Amino acid sequence: MSTGHDGASYLLEVTDLDVYHGQLRAVADFSLRLAAGSTVGVIGANGAGKTTLLRCLAGVLPATSGRIVLDGTDITALPAHRRVELGIASVPEGRRLFGSLSLQDNLLTGTYRKRSGPWTLEAIYELFDWMPARAKQSSRQLSGGEQQAVAIGRALLANPRVLLIDELSLGLAPVIVKRIYATLPRIVAGGTAVLLVEQDVSQAMAVVDTVYCLLEGHTVLTGAPADLDRGAVEDAYFGLATGAVS
Amino acid sequence: MGVTNAVLQGLLLGGLYALFAAGLSIMFGVMRIVNLAHGDLSVVAAYIAVLLIGQNFLPLWLVVVLVIPIFAAIGYVLQRTVFQRSLSSDPLATLLVTFGLSIVIQNVLLQTFSADTRTIDAGSFVTGSLKLGGSIRLSWIGIVGLVAAVACIVAIQVFFSRSRTGRMMRAAADDPETASVVGANPHHVYGVATAIAFATVALAGLIFAMRSAFDPSAGPQRLIVAFEAVVIGGLGSLWGTLLGGLALGMTQSVVSFFDPGSALLAGHLVFLAVLAFRPQGIIPARTV
Repeated sequence: MSTGHDGASYLLEVTDLDVYHGQLRAVADFSLRLAAGSTVGVIGANGAGKTTLLRCLAGVLPATSGRIVLDGTDITALPAHRRVELGIASVPEGRRLFGSLSLQDNLLTGTYRKRSGPWTLEAIYELFDWMPARAKQSSRQLSGGEQQAVAIGRALLANPRVLLIDELSLGLAPVIVKRIYATLPRIVAGGTAVLLVEQDVSQAMAVVDTVYCLLEGHTVLTGAPADLDRGAVEDAYFGLATGAVS
Repeated sequence: MGVTNAVLQGLLLGGLYALFAAGLSIMFGVMRIVNLAHGDLSVVAAYIAVLLIGQNFLPLWLVVVLVIPIFAAIGYVLQRTVFQRSLSSDPLATLLVTFGLSIVIQNVLLQTFSADTRTIDAGSFVTGSLKLGGSIRLSWIGIVGLVAAVACIVAIQVFFSRSRTGRMMRAAADDPETASVVGANPHHVYGVATAIAFATVALAGLIFAMRSAFDPSAGPQRLIVAFEAVVIGGLGSLWGTLLGGLALGMTQSVVSFFDPGSALLAGHLVFLAVLAFRPQGIIPARTV
């Protein structure tokens, strides 16, 4: 575990990250520190660069500049599958289950390069107790909320140290979202750090330790939810704060 | 009696077609590559065997055992270098690349081995046969072709549905980017799929070469057979490819019993009929 300037130790350190979409600088000078067992949220409106940021951390998009360090190892140049090996797993935007695979086979793809840890198929089936009965079903027959649960299970089976979750609530009924958010504490209790990207601000603010608000690729607000004034968050989210964008 | 014999002979021939077409089916099912050099690769396998047999330095069984892994290795390397590059740039590029490969192979073979036809002499293995009742005789090589086809296709199916790598192959066929995010290197997974495809092509090519003569330009005609078997069976389904190969072999054999001249044409007509009336094939499936 590397040690930050303030003496605390961080699992994931992102420094001055720039990610381009062609000509567009989708993420600019992004820095973040994530300690083991903590939950960090990244909020922002559509097009703020949240998904681009997560895809870059997962290794699907290359960083133009900046550094991503996982537990002292620089992983900036590593491809996605090598990062999984080192302990980064993702729940991608839109779930992205494998359509021709059954529920159980979708989960088991997560074990392809698994590290040792508490998450086994049995543990996932205990966390989502409706799954065993439907294990053989095609993932196409699952509802959006069920697919989201499978995507989370698939990521957990890799026993990640850092779990990246993109838009947990997107397209799901509020009651389903609530149920899925209720599983987060159990995930974090295992020592996994969670980086959550969310459009639903109140949902995110309720579970995270630190929140980063992105606006057009720039970080415009950072802090613990308890310390942040609701009005300030709204202004940052919509870009109303004066001098928010340089 | 004659028709029974024709059906049985057709099954044996169809088995070989299915074994040969399996590689085309796998490459399309996993990577969406239509390998236009598929037929030529089976001819290359035969020429490698001719080289290895040479002046009877190596026995035939050993040559078969050697050529298959050599071909699998060639497949893996070719996928990770040439095919992957073209896949990453444009789906149409793979068609052009495999078409180019086909032409290069034919010309290199022509340059190296001349246009003479060759055979691989497998002795009594080819001339011998199993006598059933009446006038029906099944050649050993035909039986081996059918058994090899069924065994390979069952084994590959089990590999796809049960093994870790097979599961990831199906996953990468659906969505390579997400496969990489769950920890697979899609390029490696694709390489393994191509290696399997090439191994079956090599085996089929060797059996073809023992059954009948071949020359450097034999590939494209074989490709048509494989292509028809895959389409009749259903794109991307290995069981379908097995049935498609058998259907094609039986059609050719039964029709040639009545009119030898129309055998190939009959096969093509079945293919056209399937395209017109059941374009999804016998067993429609999205992935292998």
